[in-house]
Amino acid sequence: MSTAFLLAVVAMILLAVPYLVRVAAGPTVFDRVVALNGVGTKVPALVLLVGLLYDRVDMFVDIALSLFLLNLVLTLLLARYVREKGSAT
Amino acid sequence: MTVLDGVVLLLLVGGLFFQGVAALGLVRFPDVFSRLHVTGVLDTLGMPLVLLAVAIHLGPTLASGKLLLVIALLYLTSPLVGHLLSRAALESGMKPWSGGGSDP
Repeated sequence: MSTAFLLAVVAMILLAVPYLVRVAAGPTVFDRVVALNGVGTKVPALVLLVGLLYDRVDMFVDIALSLFLLNLVLTLLLARYVREKGSAT
Repeated sequence: MTVLDGVVLLLLVGGLFFQGVAALGLVRFPDVFSRLHVTGVLDTLGMPLVLLAVAIHLGPTLASGKLLLVIALLYLTSPLVGHLLSRAALESGMKPWSGGGSDP
């Protein structure tokens, strides 16, 4: 069963690459924020699967919860920031 | 390989499938609003299925309860983030893509 979780970790990291490409090459700043939010949504599940591989899930669940909340706050603040800048295109 | 393991594997594969769909859409879609729309697929199906697989694998413990809390928070905050980002993009002068034009 742990090989399945290991394969899931590898697949999730590979599926995060298009998001990073979009962060690097997004035409507007909003594309970058959207892609960064996508990566940040993936991170808690990734941390959780790694914790499952290490048999320390009790600790890693708390880390995943706090990372999720940090990603939420980051995205909300970035949304307000880029809106106040008002710099489209 | 019990029935529960089969359920966990099925949920993992389903979550990875929807993550692949979201990554494909993020690369191929033409403008900010459609990319935001496809990120919603990741928020509502990609991540919760993986988290639910881990929760089922753990069984009835405190950790799986916290995982269900993460899933509930994800469902509550995903529309909030999408609304704020799309409103920020719209008020900053982004025009929604309306067909035709160049291939992205």
